[in-house]
Amino acid sequence: MPELPNTFKGAAHVYERAHINTDEIIPARHLNVHEEAELAKYAMEDIDTGFIKRVKTGDFIIAGENFGCGSSREHAVWALRGAGIRVVVATSYARIFFRNAINNGFLAIECPEAIEMVKTGDEVEIDIQAGKLRNLTTGKEAGFVPLSDFARELIEDGGLLPHIQKKAAKA
Amino acid sequence: MGMTITEKILAAHSGRESIVPGEIVNAKLDLIVCHDVTTPPAVAMLRKLGINKVFDPTKILVTPDHFVPNKDIKSAKLSKHLREWREEQGIERYYEIGNHGICHAIAPEQGHVLPGMTIVCGDSHTTTMGALGTFASGVGSTDLAAALATGELWFKVPESMLFELNGHLPVGVYSKDIILYIISKIGVDGARYKAMEYRGTALKDLTMEARFTITNMAIEAGGKSGIMPVDEISENYVKERTSDSYTIFNSDDDATYSDRFTIDVDQLEPIVALPSLPSNGRFIGEIERVKMDQVYIGSCTNGRIEDLRIAAQIMKGHKVAKGTRTIVVPATTEVWKTAMREGLLEIFADAGCVVSTATCGACLGGFMGVLGAEETCLSTTNRNFTGRMGDPRSKVYLASPATAAATAITGTITDPRDFLKAQAAKA
Ligand code: SF4
Repeated sequence: MPELPNTFKGAAHVYERAHINTDEIIPARHLNVHEEAELAKYAMEDIDTGFIKRVKTGDFIIAGENFGCGSSREHAVWALRGAGIRVVVATSYARIFFRNAINNGFLAIECPEAIEMVKTGDEVEIDIQAGKLRNLTTGKEAGFVPLSDFARELIEDGGLLPHIQKKAAKA
Repeated sequence: MGMTITEKILAAHSGRESIVPGEIVNAKLDLIVCHDVTTPPAVAMLRKLGINKVFDPTKILVTPDHFVPNKDIKSAKLSKHLREWREEQGIERYYEIGNHGICHAIAPEQGHVLPGMTIVCGDSHTTTMGALGTFASGVGSTDLAAALATGELWFKVPESMLFELNGHLPVGVYSKDIILYIISKIGVDGARYKAMEYRGTALKDLTMEARFTITNMAIEAGGKSGIMPVDEISENYVKERTSDSYTIFNSDDDATYSDRFTIDVDQLEPIVALPSLPSNGRFIGEIERVKMDQVYIGSCTNGRIEDLRIAAQIMKGHKVAKGTRTIVVPATTEVWKTAMREGLLEIFADAGCVVSTATCGACLGGFMGVLGAEETCLSTTNRNFTGRMGDPRSKVYLASPATAAATAITGTITDPRDFLKAQAAKA
Protein backbone atom coordinates (compact mmCIF):
# COMPACT_ATOMS: atom_id res chain seq x y z
CA MET A 1 0.00 0.00 0.00
CA PRO A 2 1.29 3.47 -0.79
CA GLU A 3 1.93 5.61 2.25
CA LEU A 4 -0.72 8.24 2.84
CA PRO A 5 0.77 11.63 1.93
CA ASN A 6 0.99 14.01 4.84
CA THR A 7 -0.17 17.13 3.09
CA PHE A 8 -3.06 17.86 0.77
CA LYS A 9 -3.55 21.11 -1.08
CA GLY A 10 -6.51 22.42 -3.04
CA ALA A 11 -9.09 25.14 -3.59
CA ALA A 12 -11.92 25.47 -1.10
CA HIS A 13 -15.67 25.32 -1.69
CA VAL A 14 -17.20 26.69 1.47
CA TYR A 15 -20.74 25.91 2.72
CA GLU A 16 -21.21 27.79 5.96
CA ARG A 17 -24.41 26.01 6.89
CA ALA A 18 -24.84 23.24 9.43
CA HIS A 19 -26.61 19.95 8.58
CA ILE A 20 -25.71 19.68 4.91
CA ASN A 21 -27.42 16.37 4.34
CA THR A 22 -26.87 13.51 1.94
CA ASP A 23 -30.06 14.40 0.05
CA GLU A 24 -28.31 17.68 -0.77
CA ILE A 25 -24.94 16.13 -1.56
CA ILE A 26 -26.55 13.65 -3.97
CA PRO A 27 -30.35 13.76 -4.39
CA ALA A 28 -32.14 10.41 -4.13
CA ARG A 29 -33.47 10.67 -7.67
CA HIS A 30 -29.93 9.83 -8.85
CA LEU A 31 -29.49 6.76 -6.66
CA ASN A 32 -30.43 4.42 -9.47
CA VAL A 33 -26.74 4.45 -10.42
CA HIS A 34 -23.58 4.06 -8.35
CA GLU A 35 -20.70 4.90 -10.68
CA GLU A 36 -18.65 7.79 -9.29
CA ALA A 37 -18.36 9.65 -12.59
CA GLU A 38 -22.11 9.44 -13.17
CA LEU A 39 -22.99 10.54 -9.62
CA ALA A 40 -20.47 13.38 -9.78
CA LYS A 41 -22.57 15.14 -12.44
CA TYR A 42 -25.24 15.81 -9.83
CA ALA A 43 -23.13 16.47 -6.74
CA MET A 44 -24.53 19.30 -4.62
CA GLU A 45 -26.94 20.27 -7.41
CA ASP A 46 -29.89 21.12 -5.16
CA ILE A 47 -27.97 23.65 -3.07
CA ASP A 48 -25.26 24.85 -5.44
CA THR A 49 -25.85 24.49 -9.16
CA GLY A 50 -22.45 26.05 -9.91
CA PHE A 51 -20.45 23.53 -7.87
CA ILE A 52 -19.92 20.94 -10.51
CA LYS A 53 -18.75 23.56 -13.02
CA ARG A 54 -16.24 25.09 -10.60
CA VAL A 55 -14.81 22.03 -8.88
CA LYS A 56 -11.37 20.72 -9.85
CA THR A 57 -9.53 17.58 -8.87
CA GLY A 58 -7.88 17.96 -5.48
CA ASP A 59 -10.37 20.53 -4.16
CA PHE A 60 -11.70 20.73 -0.60
CA ILE A 61 -15.20 21.11 0.78
CA ILE A 62 -15.39 23.18 3.94
CA ALA A 63 -18.65 23.06 5.91
CA GLY A 64 -20.36 23.53 9.26
CA GLU A 65 -21.73 21.13 11.82
CA ASN A 66 -23.17 17.66 11.24
CA PHE A 67 -22.01 17.39 7.63
CA GLY A 68 -23.54 14.47 5.76
CA CYS A 69 -26.53 13.87 8.01
CA GLY A 70 -29.56 11.95 6.81
CA SER A 71 -29.54 8.94 4.55
CA SER A 72 -26.76 6.34 4.77
CA ARG A 73 -26.05 6.50 1.04
CA GLU A 74 -22.36 6.08 0.41
CA HIS A 75 -23.21 7.64 -2.94
CA ALA A 76 -22.57 10.97 -1.13
CA VAL A 77 -18.89 10.13 -0.68
CA TRP A 78 -18.65 8.70 -4.20
CA ALA A 79 -20.32 11.75 -5.78
CA LEU A 80 -17.88 14.11 -4.03
CA ARG A 81 -14.87 12.00 -4.85
CA GLY A 82 -16.06 11.57 -8.42
CA ALA A 83 -16.30 15.35 -8.67
CA GLY A 84 -12.66 15.63 -7.65
CA ILE A 85 -12.98 16.47 -3.96
CA ARG A 86 -10.14 14.94 -1.95
CA VAL A 87 -10.79 16.30 1.52
CA VAL A 88 -13.83 17.46 3.46
CA VAL A 89 -13.21 19.73 6.44
CA ALA A 90 -16.29 20.23 8.61
CA THR A 91 -17.05 21.49 12.10
CA SER A 92 -18.45 18.03 12.80
CA TYR A 93 -19.87 15.00 10.95
CA ALA A 94 -22.93 12.83 11.01
CA ARG A 95 -21.77 9.36 11.95
CA ILE A 96 -22.68 7.34 8.87
CA PHE A 97 -21.05 9.87 6.53
CA PHE A 98 -17.87 9.80 8.62
CA ARG A 99 -17.83 6.00 8.60
CA ASN A 100 -18.43 5.93 4.85
CA ALA A 101 -15.62 8.44 4.31
CA ILE A 102 -12.94 6.57 6.20
CA ASN A 103 -14.24 3.22 4.92
CA ASN A 104 -13.49 4.60 1.45
CA GLY A 105 -10.09 5.94 2.42
CA PHE A 106 -11.51 9.45 1.98
CA LEU A 107 -10.32 12.22 4.29
CA ALA A 108 -12.91 13.79 6.59
CA ILE A 109 -11.28 16.27 8.95
CA GLU A 110 -12.96 17.98 11.90
CA CYS A 111 -11.84 21.58 12.26
CA PRO A 112 -14.39 24.05 13.65
CA GLU A 113 -12.25 27.10 12.77
CA ALA A 114 -12.16 26.29 9.08
CA ILE A 115 -15.48 27.90 8.11
CA GLU A 116 -14.46 31.12 9.81
CA MET A 117 -11.09 31.48 8.14
CA VAL A 118 -11.66 30.13 4.63
CA LYS A 119 -13.68 31.63 1.78
CA THR A 120 -14.68 29.85 -1.41
CA GLY A 121 -11.77 30.01 -3.85
CA ASP A 122 -9.04 30.24 -1.18
CA GLU A 123 -6.18 27.79 -1.52
CA VAL A 124 -5.89 25.59 1.55
CA GLU A 125 -3.45 23.01 2.74
CA ILE A 126 -3.77 20.41 5.47
CA ASP A 127 -1.02 18.56 7.22
CA ILE A 128 -2.66 15.48 8.64
CA GLN A 129 0.31 14.40 10.71
CA ALA A 130 0.69 17.76 12.42
CA GLY A 131 -3.07 18.44 12.54
CA LYS A 132 -2.70 21.84 10.86
CA LEU A 133 -4.90 23.59 8.35
CA ARG A 134 -3.41 26.56 6.48
CA ASN A 135 -5.23 29.08 4.35
CA LEU A 136 -2.50 29.72 1.77
CA THR A 137 -4.43 32.71 0.40
CA THR A 138 -4.61 34.60 3.71
CA GLY A 139 -1.80 32.93 5.65
CA LYS A 140 -4.12 32.04 8.56
CA GLU A 141 -3.68 28.74 10.38
CA ALA A 142 -5.76 26.50 12.60
CA GLY A 143 -5.16 23.21 14.36
CA PHE A 144 -7.33 20.14 14.32
CA VAL A 145 -7.39 16.90 16.21
CA PRO A 146 -5.46 14.41 14.06
CA LEU A 147 -7.33 11.32 12.89
CA SER A 148 -7.59 8.50 15.40
CA ASP A 149 -5.11 5.67 14.89
CA PHE A 150 -7.94 3.43 13.77
CA ALA A 151 -9.23 5.90 11.17
CA ARG A 152 -5.72 6.55 9.92
CA GLU A 153 -5.03 2.87 9.57
CA LEU A 154 -8.20 2.41 7.52
CA ILE A 155 -7.40 5.36 5.29
CA GLU A 156 -3.81 4.23 4.87
CA ASP A 157 -4.95 0.77 3.85
CA GLY A 158 -7.15 2.39 1.22
CA GLY A 159 -10.42 1.78 3.06
CA LEU A 160 -12.21 -0.91 5.01
CA LEU A 161 -12.24 -3.69 2.42
CA PRO A 162 -8.51 -3.59 1.62
CA HIS A 163 -7.96 -3.30 5.39
CA ILE A 164 -9.90 -6.50 6.02
CA GLN A 165 -8.10 -8.28 3.22
CA LYS A 166 -4.77 -7.23 4.65
CA LYS A 167 -5.76 -8.55 8.07
CA ALA A 168 -7.02 -11.81 6.56
CA ALA A 169 -3.76 -12.25 4.63
CA LYS A 170 -1.75 -11.79 7.84
CA ALA A 171 -3.89 -14.20 9.86
CA MET B 1 -19.73 -0.44 36.72
CA GLY B 2 -23.17 -1.00 35.24
CA MET B 3 -23.79 -1.23 31.53
CA THR B 4 -26.59 -0.11 29.26
CA ILE B 5 -28.53 -2.56 27.12
CA THR B 6 -26.57 -1.31 24.09
CA GLU B 7 -23.20 -1.86 25.77
CA LYS B 8 -24.26 -5.35 26.88
CA ILE B 9 -25.37 -6.41 23.40
CA LEU B 10 -22.17 -5.10 21.83
CA ALA B 11 -20.02 -6.73 24.53
CA ALA B 12 -21.76 -10.09 24.10
CA HIS B 13 -21.19 -9.94 20.35
CA SER B 14 -17.53 -9.02 20.56
CA GLY B 15 -16.52 -11.62 23.11
CA ARG B 16 -16.05 -9.14 25.92
CA GLU B 17 -17.14 -9.08 29.52
CA SER B 18 -17.55 -5.36 29.58
CA ILE B 19 -17.00 -2.42 27.30
CA VAL B 20 -17.15 1.33 27.64
CA PRO B 21 -18.27 4.06 25.24
CA GLY B 22 -15.58 5.23 22.85
CA GLU B 23 -13.92 1.84 22.47
CA ILE B 24 -13.81 0.31 19.04
CA VAL B 25 -15.04 -3.26 18.95
CA ASN B 26 -15.49 -5.83 16.23
CA ALA B 27 -18.99 -7.20 16.73
CA LYS B 28 -20.49 -10.34 15.25
CA LEU B 29 -23.69 -9.70 13.33
CA ASP B 30 -26.90 -11.70 13.63
CA LEU B 31 -28.83 -10.20 10.74
CA ILE B 32 -27.91 -8.22 7.65
CA VAL B 33 -30.75 -6.61 5.73
CA CYS B 34 -30.28 -5.80 2.06
CA HIS B 35 -32.26 -3.58 -0.33
CA ASP B 36 -32.08 -2.50 -3.94
CA VAL B 37 -30.16 0.79 -3.62
CA THR B 38 -27.17 0.16 -1.36
CA THR B 39 -26.67 -3.59 -1.84
CA PRO B 40 -25.75 -3.73 -5.56
CA PRO B 41 -22.74 -1.42 -5.03
CA ALA B 42 -21.67 -3.55 -2.04
CA VAL B 43 -21.88 -6.69 -4.15
CA ALA B 44 -19.90 -4.99 -6.92
CA MET B 45 -17.15 -4.15 -4.38
CA LEU B 46 -16.96 -7.75 -3.22
CA ARG B 47 -16.80 -9.05 -6.78
CA LYS B 48 -13.97 -6.67 -7.56
CA LEU B 49 -12.03 -8.10 -4.63
CA GLY B 50 -12.77 -11.66 -5.74
CA ILE B 51 -14.95 -12.38 -2.70
CA ASN B 52 -17.68 -14.53 -4.18
CA LYS B 53 -19.38 -15.96 -1.11
CA VAL B 54 -21.27 -14.31 1.71
CA PHE B 55 -20.29 -15.44 5.20
CA ASP B 56 -23.65 -17.10 5.96
CA PRO B 57 -26.70 -16.90 3.69
CA THR B 58 -29.06 -17.76 6.55
CA LYS B 59 -28.24 -14.51 8.30
CA ILE B 60 -29.14 -12.31 5.39
CA LEU B 61 -32.53 -10.93 4.39
CA VAL B 62 -33.15 -9.39 0.98
CA THR B 63 -36.08 -7.25 -0.05
CA PRO B 64 -36.21 -4.76 -2.90
CA ASP B 65 -38.09 -1.71 -1.63
CA HIS B 66 -36.81 1.68 -2.75
CA PHE B 67 -37.58 1.82 -6.45
CA VAL B 68 -39.97 -1.13 -6.81
CA PRO B 69 -41.96 -2.08 -8.76
CA ASN B 70 -39.09 -0.74 -10.86
CA LYS B 71 -39.58 2.88 -11.73
CA ASP B 72 -37.20 2.97 -14.69
CA ILE B 73 -34.59 0.98 -16.59
CA LYS B 74 -31.76 1.87 -14.24
CA SER B 75 -33.68 0.70 -11.17
CA ALA B 76 -34.72 -2.46 -13.01
CA LYS B 77 -31.00 -3.13 -13.39
CA LEU B 78 -30.46 -2.70 -9.65
CA SER B 79 -33.32 -5.08 -8.80
CA LYS B 80 -32.06 -7.59 -11.32
CA HIS B 81 -28.58 -7.52 -9.76
CA LEU B 82 -30.09 -8.01 -6.34
CA ARG B 83 -32.26 -10.91 -7.50
CA GLU B 84 -29.45 -12.71 -9.32
CA TRP B 85 -27.04 -12.23 -6.44
CA ARG B 86 -29.42 -13.62 -3.85
CA GLU B 87 -30.07 -16.63 -6.04
CA GLU B 88 -26.39 -17.26 -6.61
CA GLN B 89 -25.75 -16.97 -2.85
CA GLY B 90 -28.71 -19.16 -1.89
CA ILE B 91 -30.29 -16.57 0.39
CA GLU B 92 -33.68 -17.96 1.37
CA ARG B 93 -35.10 -14.94 3.14
CA TYR B 94 -36.05 -13.09 0.02
CA TYR B 95 -39.18 -11.04 -0.48
CA GLU B 96 -39.89 -10.69 -4.18
CA ILE B 97 -42.49 -8.27 -5.56
CA GLY B 98 -45.88 -9.46 -4.39
CA ASN B 99 -44.41 -10.44 -1.02
CA HIS B 100 -42.14 -7.47 -0.58
CA GLY B 101 -42.07 -4.60 1.86
CA ILE B 102 -39.94 -1.75 3.13
CA CYS B 103 -36.96 -3.44 4.74
CA HIS B 104 -37.30 -1.97 8.25
CA ALA B 105 -40.97 -2.90 8.36
CA ILE B 106 -40.84 -6.35 6.79
CA ALA B 107 -37.87 -7.69 8.77
CA PRO B 108 -39.61 -7.52 12.17
CA GLU B 109 -43.07 -8.23 10.72
CA GLN B 110 -41.89 -11.54 9.28
CA GLY B 111 -40.23 -12.62 12.52
CA HIS B 112 -36.58 -12.13 11.55
CA VAL B 113 -35.80 -9.67 14.34
CA LEU B 114 -35.23 -11.10 17.80
CA PRO B 115 -34.30 -9.37 21.04
CA GLY B 116 -30.59 -9.12 21.74
CA MET B 117 -29.55 -9.23 18.09
CA THR B 118 -27.03 -7.06 16.29
CA ILE B 119 -28.41 -5.90 12.95
CA VAL B 120 -27.05 -3.76 10.15
CA CYS B 121 -28.53 -2.66 6.88
CA GLY B 122 -27.27 -0.22 4.30
CA ASP B 123 -29.94 2.23 5.31
CA SER B 124 -30.07 4.93 7.94
CA HIS B 125 -33.49 3.92 9.35
CA THR B 126 -32.20 0.53 10.45
CA THR B 127 -32.52 1.99 13.95
CA THR B 128 -36.24 1.05 13.69
CA MET B 129 -35.56 -2.53 14.72
CA GLY B 130 -34.11 -1.44 18.06
CA ALA B 131 -37.67 -1.28 19.41
CA LEU B 132 -37.38 -5.05 19.89
CA GLY B 133 -34.38 -4.71 22.21
CA THR B 134 -31.76 -5.11 19.48
CA PHE B 135 -28.73 -3.10 18.48
CA ALA B 136 -29.62 -2.04 14.95
CA SER B 137 -27.67 0.57 13.06
CA GLY B 138 -27.47 1.95 9.55
CA VAL B 139 -24.27 1.67 7.50
CA GLY B 140 -23.03 2.49 4.02
CA SER B 141 -22.27 0.09 1.19
CA THR B 142 -18.62 -0.54 2.11
CA ASP B 143 -19.65 -1.51 5.63
CA LEU B 144 -22.39 -3.64 4.16
CA ALA B 145 -19.86 -5.37 1.89
CA ALA B 146 -17.55 -6.05 4.84
CA ALA B 147 -20.48 -7.35 6.87
CA LEU B 148 -21.64 -9.66 4.09
CA ALA B 149 -18.14 -11.03 3.62
CA THR B 150 -17.11 -11.49 7.24
CA GLY B 151 -20.26 -11.43 9.39
CA GLU B 152 -18.76 -8.79 11.63
CA LEU B 153 -18.18 -5.07 11.69
CA TRP B 154 -16.30 -2.44 13.65
CA PHE B 155 -18.29 -0.18 15.93
CA LYS B 156 -17.32 2.62 18.20
CA VAL B 157 -19.30 1.85 21.34
CA PRO B 158 -21.80 4.72 21.59
CA GLU B 159 -22.68 6.66 24.69
CA SER B 160 -26.33 6.23 25.57
CA MET B 161 -28.97 8.89 26.16
CA LEU B 162 -31.93 7.95 28.28
CA PHE B 163 -35.45 9.13 27.45
CA GLU B 164 -37.97 8.36 30.12
CA LEU B 165 -41.48 8.53 28.67
CA ASN B 166 -44.12 8.76 31.37
CA GLY B 167 -47.90 9.09 31.51
CA HIS B 168 -50.56 8.40 28.91
CA LEU B 169 -50.84 9.90 25.45
CA PRO B 170 -53.93 12.12 25.06
CA VAL B 171 -56.50 11.25 22.38
CA GLY B 172 -55.28 12.36 18.95
CA VAL B 173 -51.61 12.28 19.97
CA TYR B 174 -49.41 9.40 18.84
CA SER B 175 -45.90 8.00 19.03
CA LYS B 176 -44.96 10.10 15.97
CA ASP B 177 -45.71 13.19 18.02
CA ILE B 178 -43.44 11.92 20.81
CA ILE B 179 -40.47 11.48 18.52
CA LEU B 180 -41.06 14.73 16.62
CA TYR B 181 -41.21 16.45 20.00
CA ILE B 182 -37.94 14.87 21.15
CA ILE B 183 -36.16 15.85 17.93
CA SER B 184 -37.50 19.39 18.20
CA LYS B 185 -35.92 19.59 21.66
CA ILE B 186 -32.52 18.04 20.97
CA GLY B 187 -32.06 18.97 17.29
CA VAL B 188 -31.01 16.97 14.24
CA ASP B 189 -27.59 16.35 15.78
CA GLY B 190 -28.69 16.13 19.41
CA ALA B 191 -27.96 12.41 19.57
CA ARG B 192 -25.03 12.35 17.17
CA TYR B 193 -23.08 9.05 17.53
CA LYS B 194 -25.27 8.04 20.49
CA ALA B 195 -27.74 5.31 21.33
CA MET B 196 -31.20 6.69 22.18
CA GLU B 197 -32.66 4.46 24.86
CA TYR B 198 -36.31 4.69 25.86
CA ARG B 199 -38.11 3.49 28.92
CA GLY B 200 -40.98 4.60 31.13
CA THR B 201 -44.61 3.93 31.86
CA ALA B 202 -45.84 5.42 28.59
CA LEU B 203 -44.36 2.47 26.69
CA LYS B 204 -47.05 0.24 28.18
CA ASP B 205 -49.65 1.95 26.03
CA LEU B 206 -47.59 1.67 22.87
CA THR B 207 -47.98 -1.29 20.52
CA MET B 208 -44.92 -2.50 18.61
CA GLU B 209 -46.20 -0.59 15.58
CA ALA B 210 -46.18 2.62 17.60
CA ARG B 211 -42.78 1.87 19.10
CA PHE B 212 -41.11 1.29 15.75
CA THR B 213 -42.07 4.84 14.76
CA ILE B 214 -40.00 6.18 17.65
CA THR B 215 -36.86 4.12 17.10
CA ASN B 216 -37.18 4.66 13.33
CA MET B 217 -36.43 8.33 13.71
CA ALA B 218 -33.35 8.03 15.96
CA ILE B 219 -31.25 8.88 12.92
CA GLU B 220 -33.14 12.16 12.50
CA ALA B 221 -31.50 13.25 15.74
CA GLY B 222 -28.17 11.89 14.48
CA GLY B 223 -28.46 8.76 16.66
CA LYS B 224 -26.51 5.60 15.98
CA SER B 225 -29.37 3.49 17.26
CA GLY B 226 -32.65 3.62 19.12
CA ILE B 227 -33.48 0.94 21.63
CA MET B 228 -36.27 -0.12 23.98
CA PRO B 229 -36.34 -2.74 26.72
CA VAL B 230 -38.04 -6.05 25.99
CA ASP B 231 -41.40 -6.43 27.76
CA GLU B 232 -44.58 -8.44 27.38
CA ILE B 233 -45.69 -6.45 24.36
CA SER B 234 -42.47 -7.03 22.46
CA GLU B 235 -42.19 -10.66 23.51
CA ASN B 236 -45.74 -11.35 22.33
CA TYR B 237 -44.96 -9.67 19.03
CA VAL B 238 -41.92 -11.88 18.52
CA LYS B 239 -43.58 -15.11 19.68
CA GLU B 240 -46.49 -14.61 17.31
CA ARG B 241 -43.98 -14.66 14.48
CA THR B 242 -41.25 -17.14 15.30
CA SER B 243 -40.27 -19.88 17.70
CA ASP B 244 -36.56 -19.09 17.47
CA SER B 245 -34.87 -18.48 20.81
CA TYR B 246 -33.25 -15.25 21.89
CA THR B 247 -31.49 -13.49 24.73
CA ILE B 248 -32.89 -10.50 26.55
CA PHE B 249 -30.50 -7.82 27.75
CA ASN B 250 -31.44 -5.09 30.22
CA SER B 251 -29.70 -1.92 31.27
CA ASP B 252 -28.26 -2.01 34.79
CA ASP B 253 -29.62 0.42 37.35
CA ASP B 254 -26.20 1.99 37.66
CA ALA B 255 -25.53 2.23 33.92
CA THR B 256 -24.04 5.51 32.72
CA TYR B 257 -25.95 7.86 30.44
CA SER B 258 -24.54 10.95 28.80
CA ASP B 259 -27.92 12.67 29.09
CA ARG B 260 -31.27 11.96 30.69
CA PHE B 261 -34.62 13.40 29.67
CA THR B 262 -38.02 12.88 31.21
CA ILE B 263 -41.04 13.50 29.02
CA ASP B 264 -44.52 13.60 30.37
CA VAL B 265 -46.47 12.49 27.33
CA ASP B 266 -49.79 13.75 28.81
CA GLN B 267 -48.58 17.23 27.97
CA LEU B 268 -48.07 16.58 24.28
CA GLU B 269 -50.20 17.73 21.38
CA PRO B 270 -50.09 16.82 17.71
CA ILE B 271 -46.83 18.08 16.24
CA VAL B 272 -45.93 19.14 12.73
CA ALA B 273 -42.28 19.51 11.66
CA LEU B 274 -42.08 22.47 9.30
CA PRO B 275 -39.79 22.45 6.24
CA SER B 276 -36.89 21.66 5.90
CA LEU B 277 -35.59 19.92 9.01
CA PRO B 278 -37.16 17.14 11.09
CA SER B 279 -36.28 19.23 14.15
CA ASN B 280 -38.67 22.05 13.15
CA GLY B 281 -41.53 20.51 15.15
CA ARG B 282 -44.25 22.81 16.51
CA PHE B 283 -47.47 22.09 18.34
CA ILE B 284 -50.22 22.19 15.78
CA GLY B 285 -52.02 25.05 17.53
CA GLU B 286 -49.01 27.31 17.00
CA ILE B 287 -48.75 27.05 13.24
CA GLU B 288 -50.57 28.45 10.23
CA ARG B 289 -53.07 26.30 8.39
CA VAL B 290 -50.93 26.08 5.27
CA LYS B 291 -52.60 24.63 2.17
CA MET B 292 -51.31 21.21 1.07
CA ASP B 293 -51.07 20.09 -2.54
CA GLN B 294 -50.43 16.54 -1.40
CA VAL B 295 -50.75 14.30 1.64
CA TYR B 296 -48.59 11.16 1.86
CA ILE B 297 -49.34 8.37 4.31
CA GLY B 298 -46.74 5.61 4.34
CA SER B 299 -43.02 4.79 4.74
CA CYS B 300 -41.02 2.76 7.26
CA THR B 301 -42.02 5.38 9.85
CA ASN B 302 -45.79 5.27 9.52
CA GLY B 303 -46.93 2.75 6.93
CA ARG B 304 -47.84 -0.07 9.33
CA ILE B 305 -51.34 -1.44 9.83
CA GLU B 306 -52.04 0.61 12.94
CA ASP B 307 -51.12 3.78 11.06
CA LEU B 308 -53.56 2.92 8.30
CA ARG B 309 -56.28 2.12 10.83
CA ILE B 310 -55.81 5.49 12.48
CA ALA B 311 -55.92 7.33 9.17
CA ALA B 312 -58.94 5.36 7.96
CA GLN B 313 -60.85 5.99 11.16
CA ILE B 314 -60.58 9.72 10.54
CA MET B 315 -61.19 9.55 6.79
CA LYS B 316 -64.23 7.26 6.94
CA GLY B 317 -67.22 8.95 5.35
CA HIS B 318 -65.18 11.95 4.20
CA LYS B 319 -63.69 13.00 0.90
CA VAL B 320 -60.21 14.37 0.51
CA ALA B 321 -60.17 18.08 -0.29
CA LYS B 322 -60.18 19.20 -3.90
CA GLY B 323 -56.63 20.10 -4.79
CA THR B 324 -55.06 17.80 -2.16
CA ARG B 325 -53.84 14.62 -3.81
CA THR B 326 -53.68 11.94 -1.14
CA ILE B 327 -51.46 8.90 -1.48
CA VAL B 328 -51.53 5.91 0.86
CA VAL B 329 -48.60 3.49 0.74
CA PRO B 330 -48.72 0.42 3.01
CA ALA B 331 -45.22 -0.45 4.23
CA THR B 332 -45.43 -4.13 3.36
CA THR B 333 -47.53 -6.50 1.29
CA GLU B 334 -48.87 -8.02 4.52
CA VAL B 335 -50.01 -4.58 5.69
CA TRP B 336 -51.68 -4.06 2.31
CA LYS B 337 -53.52 -7.37 2.57
CA THR B 338 -54.63 -6.76 6.14
CA ALA B 339 -55.85 -3.30 5.18
CA MET B 340 -57.81 -4.87 2.36
CA ARG B 341 -59.41 -7.46 4.62
CA GLU B 342 -60.34 -4.83 7.18
CA GLY B 343 -61.94 -2.63 4.55
CA LEU B 344 -59.42 0.18 5.01
CA LEU B 345 -58.46 0.29 1.35
CA GLU B 346 -62.10 0.84 0.49
CA ILE B 347 -62.36 3.72 2.94
CA PHE B 348 -59.29 5.33 1.37
CA ALA B 349 -60.52 4.74 -2.17
CA ASP B 350 -63.98 6.12 -1.38
CA ALA B 351 -62.38 9.19 0.14
CA GLY B 352 -60.52 9.77 -3.10
CA CYS B 353 -57.04 8.58 -2.09
CA VAL B 354 -54.66 6.66 -4.29
CA VAL B 355 -53.49 3.41 -2.67
CA SER B 356 -50.16 2.03 -3.83
CA THR B 357 -48.37 -1.26 -3.36
CA ALA B 358 -45.60 -1.24 -0.74
CA THR B 359 -42.61 0.86 -1.78
CA CYS B 360 -40.36 3.63 -0.52
CA GLY B 361 -41.72 5.53 -3.49
CA ALA B 362 -42.04 9.23 -2.91
CA CYS B 363 -40.61 9.16 0.63
CA LEU B 364 -37.23 9.74 -0.97
CA GLY B 365 -38.52 11.47 -4.08
CA GLY B 366 -38.26 8.29 -6.12
CA PHE B 367 -41.68 7.95 -7.74
CA MET B 368 -45.39 7.53 -6.88
CA GLY B 369 -45.96 11.09 -5.71
CA VAL B 370 -42.85 13.16 -6.43
CA LEU B 371 -43.40 16.88 -5.77
CA GLY B 372 -43.09 19.66 -8.31
CA ALA B 373 -41.64 23.14 -7.74
CA GLU B 374 -43.31 25.17 -4.94
CA GLU B 375 -45.62 22.27 -4.06
CA THR B 376 -46.44 21.44 -0.45
CA CYS B 377 -46.87 17.99 1.07
CA LEU B 378 -47.81 16.88 4.55
CA SER B 379 -46.17 13.50 4.97
CA THR B 380 -45.98 10.77 7.60
CA THR B 381 -42.39 10.04 6.54
CA ASN B 382 -39.29 10.93 8.53
CA ARG B 383 -37.30 13.61 6.71
CA ASN B 384 -38.28 16.87 5.11
CA PHE B 385 -34.87 18.02 3.85
CA THR B 386 -34.66 20.26 0.79
CA GLY B 387 -35.58 18.19 -2.26
CA ARG B 388 -36.27 15.04 -0.26
CA MET B 389 -39.59 14.32 -1.97
CA GLY B 390 -38.90 15.99 -5.29
CA ASP B 391 -38.14 19.46 -6.56
CA PRO B 392 -35.75 21.40 -4.29
CA ARG B 393 -38.34 24.19 -4.14
CA SER B 394 -41.07 21.89 -2.80
CA LYS B 395 -41.90 21.93 0.93
CA VAL B 396 -42.47 18.91 3.14
CA TYR B 397 -44.22 18.93 6.53
CA LEU B 398 -43.93 15.88 8.79
CA ALA B 399 -46.74 14.64 11.05
CA SER B 400 -48.63 11.61 12.34
CA PRO B 401 -51.05 9.56 10.19
CA ALA B 402 -53.96 11.13 12.11
CA THR B 403 -52.81 14.67 11.32
CA ALA B 404 -52.21 13.60 7.73
CA ALA B 405 -55.74 12.19 7.40
CA ALA B 406 -57.35 15.30 8.91
CA THR B 407 -55.24 17.49 6.63
CA ALA B 408 -56.23 15.46 3.57
CA ILE B 409 -59.90 16.10 4.30
CA THR B 410 -59.65 19.86 4.81
CA GLY B 411 -56.73 20.56 2.46
CA THR B 412 -54.91 22.65 5.05
CA ILE B 413 -52.88 21.55 8.09
CA THR B 414 -55.55 20.34 10.51
CA ASP B 415 -55.64 19.09 14.09
CA PRO B 416 -56.90 15.48 14.04
CA ARG B 417 -58.60 16.06 17.38
CA ASP B 418 -61.21 18.20 15.57
CA PHE B 419 -62.38 15.08 13.76
CA LEU B 420 -61.94 12.69 16.66
CA LYS B 421 -64.03 14.95 18.92
CA ALA B 422 -66.81 15.17 16.34
CA GLN B 423 -66.78 11.38 15.98
CA ALA B 424 -66.92 10.88 19.73
CA ALA B 425 -69.82 13.31 20.01
CA LYS B 426 -71.78 11.36 17.37
CA ALA B 427 -71.11 7.99 18.97
S1 SF4 C 1 -39.53 4.48 3.48
FE1 SF4 C 1 -38.26 6.28 3.20
S2 SF4 C 1 -37.02 6.41 5.01
FE2 SF4 C 1 -37.90 4.37 4.99
S3 SF4 C 1 -36.34 3.10 4.03
FE3 SF4 C 1 -37.70 3.81 2.42
S4 SF4 C 1 -36.77 5.70 1.64
FE4 SF4 C 1 -35.82 5.23 3.58
